[in-house]
Amino acid sequence: MITAVLVVAGIAVVLGALLGYAAIRFRVEGNPVVQEIDKILPQTQCGQCGFAGCHPYAEAIAEGSADINRCPPGGERNIRRLADLLGVEFKPLSDEVAEPKPKSLAVIDESLCIGCTLCIQACPVDAIVGASKQMHTVIASECTGCELCLPPCPVDCIAMVPIEEDLGNWRWKYPANPLKAA
Amino acid sequence: MEQYLLILVSTVFVNNIVMVKVLGLCPFMGVSRKLETAMGMGLATTFVLTLASGASYLINRYLLGPDLAYLTTLSFIVVIAGIVQLTEMVIRKTSPMLYQVLGIYLPLITTNCAVLGIPLLNAQEKHGFVESLFFGAGGAAGFTLVLVLFAAMRERLEGADVPPVFRGSAIAMITAGLMSLAFMGFSGLVR
Repeated sequence: MITAVLVVAGIAVVLGALLGYAAIRFRVEGNPVVQEIDKILPQTQCGQCGFAGCHPYAEAIAEGSADINRCPPGGERNIRRLADLLGVEFKPLSDEVAEPKPKSLAVIDESLCIGCTLCIQACPVDAIVGASKQMHTVIASECTGCELCLPPCPVDCIAMVPIEEDLGNWRWKYPANPLKAA
Repeated sequence: MEQYLLILVSTVFVNNIVMVKVLGLCPFMGVSRKLETAMGMGLATTFVLTLASGASYLINRYLLGPDLAYLTTLSFIVVIAGIVQLTEMVIRKTSPMLYQVLGIYLPLITTNCAVLGIPLLNAQEKHGFVESLFFGAGGAAGFTLVLVLFAAMRERLEGADVPPVFRGSAIAMITAGLMSLAFMGFSGLVR
């Protein structure tokens, strides 16, 4: 019994000492800038920047291959701190990593519609019905929420209304930003 | 000399660690999507497994002996984890190139059951020191061979017209099963 404890403890001590010594003897001086950047990043390891975690993103920033504005959890405050650290201009959060817009539906305010048919021509899925000088309306089940009908409307009577998620239309989410191959 | 050659043939083909002993399936399925990563994983495993076989033989022979045989699993796990850590540090310092290739696979190896399985088999079969080394290197070579072959097949499968229900892991499992059948063909060649 005592020997067993001693043997296991002995193995652990020897290995611990060996690893401790190796950690000092074989220390690798990492790029200090990477460490600094990594300290600023929020360490959520969420991957929303498109890298596998905060440290890979920090490496990419230090290397210059990634912009400083790809970290949604860090927000503007972190982008400012990164800009200070690296001596570059502040940039707003990149669109590529911004939250995807919620799925929404075009709704025509029928009291404002003048019946110009411009939105009908713009709609790629023929989800808007109506005729010249007649009120138009959107077929809710056909609308894809593409927003193409918004710019042509001369009276701005079309609004995008977000669709509430419920049991009927809930789906598994795709990752917002596919991971880059390591 | 002949016995060492037999050990190599036996571990690579006849008693292949993945296909016949069914150990190390996690990296076998996980890291076999691309040929290069399969090569990297295979090389890293070979390196660690050979070292671990030697070290665990020494521990088993001189530290544990027959009295403390029940401690083999525990102490082997500790030693393997230690060796992997140490290897990672040394490689990182001495050869950044090699670290680039093997680096991310080294921590994975700690949890590879093939790496624990081979030292345990060594202890079970009462192999000598050199035999243990050959057994470890052979087992790892078998692992690498299977991993590389499987990765090559999976790369081809990417382009193949697989029925939708079988896509992804399902076809990989079927491929692995067929490959295992093929390796069964070696049985009886050597003990």
